[in-house]
Amino acid sequence: MSDELIRPHLAPWLPLGEKATCCEPNALLRARGLSLRYGSTVAFEDVTLDVNAGCITALVGPSGCGKTSFLNCINRLTDLIPGASVDGELQLGDIDLLDPRLDVMALRRRVGMVFQKPNPFPLSIRRNLSLPLKEHGMRSRSRRADATERALRDVGLWDEVKDRLESPALALSGGQQQRLCIARALVLEPEVLLMDEPCSALDPLASDVVEDLIVGLRGRVTVLIVTHNLAQARRIADWAALFWKQDDAGRLIEHGAVQQIFEAPTEDLTAAYVCGRSG
Amino acid sequence: MWFRLRPSSWFDPAWRWRVLSAPHDAVAHLAMWSASLAVTGVFVWILIDVLSHGASHLSLELLTAAPADAGRQGGIAPILVSTVLILAVCMAVAMPLGLCSAVLLSEFSRSTSGYGRFVRRSLDVLAGLPSIVFGLFGYAFFCHALGLGFSILSGGLTLACMVLPVLIRSVEAALQAVPDDIQTASAALGLSKTTTIRSLLLPAAAPGIAVGLILGIGRALAETAALLFTSGYVVRMPGSLFDSGRALSVHIYDLAMNVPGGDGMAYASALVLLGLLLGMNALATTLVQRWQKSKGLVFG
Amino acid sequence: MNATTRLDRRLESFLRMNAAVAGSITIGIVAYLLLESLPALHAVGPLRFLTDPSWNPVHGAYNVVPMVVGTLVVTVGAVLLAAPLAVASAVFGRFYVRGALSKLQRRVLETLAGVPSVVYGLWGLMVLVPALARIGPPGQSVLAGVLVLALMILPTIALVSDTALGAVPEIHLRGAAAAGLSRWAIVRSIALPTARSGILTGILLGTGRALGETMAVVMVTGNVAQIPDGVFAPVRTLTANIALEMAYATDAHRSALFVSGLVLALLTIGLVAVVDRIAQSTGQDGGRTGVV
Repeated sequence: MSDELIRPHLAPWLPLGEKATCCEPNALLRARGLSLRYGSTVAFEDVTLDVNAGCITALVGPSGCGKTSFLNCINRLTDLIPGASVDGELQLGDIDLLDPRLDVMALRRRVGMVFQKPNPFPLSIRRNLSLPLKEHGMRSRSRRADATERALRDVGLWDEVKDRLESPALALSGGQQQRLCIARALVLEPEVLLMDEPCSALDPLASDVVEDLIVGLRGRVTVLIVTHNLAQARRIADWAALFWKQDDAGRLIEHGAVQQIFEAPTEDLTAAYVCGRSG
Repeated sequence: MWFRLRPSSWFDPAWRWRVLSAPHDAVAHLAMWSASLAVTGVFVWILIDVLSHGASHLSLELLTAAPADAGRQGGIAPILVSTVLILAVCMAVAMPLGLCSAVLLSEFSRSTSGYGRFVRRSLDVLAGLPSIVFGLFGYAFFCHALGLGFSILSGGLTLACMVLPVLIRSVEAALQAVPDDIQTASAALGLSKTTTIRSLLLPAAAPGIAVGLILGIGRALAETAALLFTSGYVVRMPGSLFDSGRALSVHIYDLAMNVPGGDGMAYASALVLLGLLLGMNALATTLVQRWQKSKGLVFG
Repeated sequence: MNATTRLDRRLESFLRMNAAVAGSITIGIVAYLLLESLPALHAVGPLRFLTDPSWNPVHGAYNVVPMVVGTLVVTVGAVLLAAPLAVASAVFGRFYVRGALSKLQRRVLETLAGVPSVVYGLWGLMVLVPALARIGPPGQSVLAGVLVLALMILPTIALVSDTALGAVPEIHLRGAAAAGLSRWAIVRSIALPTARSGILTGILLGTGRALGETMAVVMVTGNVAQIPDGVFAPVRTLTANIALEMAYATDAHRSALFVSGLVLALLTIGLVAVVDRIAQSTGQDGGRTGVV
């Protein structure tokens, strides 16, 4: 067996231009019969889902149904959890994400992640963004400065922090920190952005700002967002998938266009959940 | 009073406690206070004794002159220099070794892996060995097997072995105290372990590591038995690391035991030693306080 | 393998090498002790260490029993004296005073734990020994050793006990107070039993420290190599034996000193093993961090 790692094709360093728009569904990420086990506990089982390029897909459902675990499979963060084992198929474009020979570092450049609790590095604002750039090979300082500015503009932080780029990132407010984390993920120009309840730790005003930001990414990045907030899903997402716990394992109950899920769900469970909450 | 209770209530444990608790409580109270006061009293007695006998010899001459008249007069300058050199050798060796080991134990092995367990277990044993045993080892290994003889180098290397477990524990604790979400964010961005450790973990844990370093120095300063037959007894100002030199604690021992009438200088040296240790402690405490205040606002 | 993984692998092997050096120091120490002990074990033989008429290596007598007895007497005496006082201090600091005073006590204990043994020895030699000499000459004696050692190990035991007492869940204490128990009753029936293994760990650590103490005992116990016949009799411990004679010992004599060093090392390793076993059975670290 060749020792060569399968390298995901690295997109060249171009500004986030237009990629596929959302009109026709065009599956970028494909999961078939995906299951995740932590030792003897099953996080989720038999998930088959297509995530369409350039669109915003919301994963909804109560806590503990495997939504976060599903995200962790996509950027192979499950490798860090001892005893985690993944079965099934998971493809990004034409690359098998579950292949053990996969170059995980390069994968994580193409797939970015934003966490529930903002976790900027205990460094300066500028360094938070330039460290990943430097690590992934951008040697030129001026190019790093340009990329930093672009990312900060994308998240609407540039005007707020342009005069204090050397100040500590942890001195920012919660909402600003989360936007910085999004900028940090975006600065690597990922194709896919995984977001795990990015607004749940923020106050409503900051939450609105982040939501607008996410909507603005439509067409440029494929967003997969886990959220408890059905109203939020309805507001910003194009596609939705409902997770639910059945037989001690998380399962995908239904998925489809957001309009269809909320107004004409095919499963009773979906109908009950959606109506109960949006009542 | 208890004999007036009816038999059934006597056997009820709650009743028994209530009735007997009053006199017992008072006795216990008295016992606690007197124990603490007695203990505190003895320690205060020691402190006052050292202060009163040593203060009369405190002067600039003490710190700058060489010992005269077998140490009964003069100062302790060469001894201070030797002590500093021994500590420097000790830390120069123990710090890198300790840092690397702590990083490995904390970031690379799972704590149940065989290698990690072996290192941990042997460090636990190392931490408990008597200092005289380190002295014997230093004598056999550094002085004879490696041919370094009685020298500051031998003494420093022996102390490094002693201080290593303490150092590794402090550094490990400092690394564990760094919040986990830094690691998760770093992993999600595809940063290598090396970058994570070098640019994120170590700077964040730096104050804790500094505290560990200071505590290690304090431990090494207080050490005597391990130096008795490794670093030598000579009172001369050392010319190089291969010269033999006498540490401050050894000097106190010599003056007290072997030099009749040397107790005055012994007390003065003890005062200097205690002063140094208290200074270290104070430094460590202020560092810890500053670290906790500025937690998370480290510049990078 | 790409550059990143290669770098990480290289870092890991570099770190492993360092940790290997750190981990092998213990083995090295035991190995060298054994190596240097072998000549005496061959030439003198283990039996003679117990049966020779006395300890007089210059004349070929290698009986270590007086020193072993000296070590045991002084250690056990110190632990018996220090343990109750230390636990009482810990209880006092946790349950009988509040806030700032309690923190002050802990801070003072931590400082005292760091005071060098020579300073205790100096005070013992200059103050305690003359005071004892007035009651029962010559002053340097078992009693002096016991008293000074007890002072030295008290902070260690007190600090570890304090940590253990602090780990008793507040709910239990509050529940007991709500049930009407007095303060002493709460301490006696709830706090102390719950913290039992931590306190035991502290006592064992103190024992280890007393066992291995050299300078203070050299200075106050008189260093006569004979079995003591009373608390005012001078005595010599194994540690003092090594410290005093190592400077001029040669050949078999020196090797015999290494034998006693090996015995000391094995005793402390045994103690550490016991402490570890206790920590394992209660699933904690044993509170050892930073207090050694």
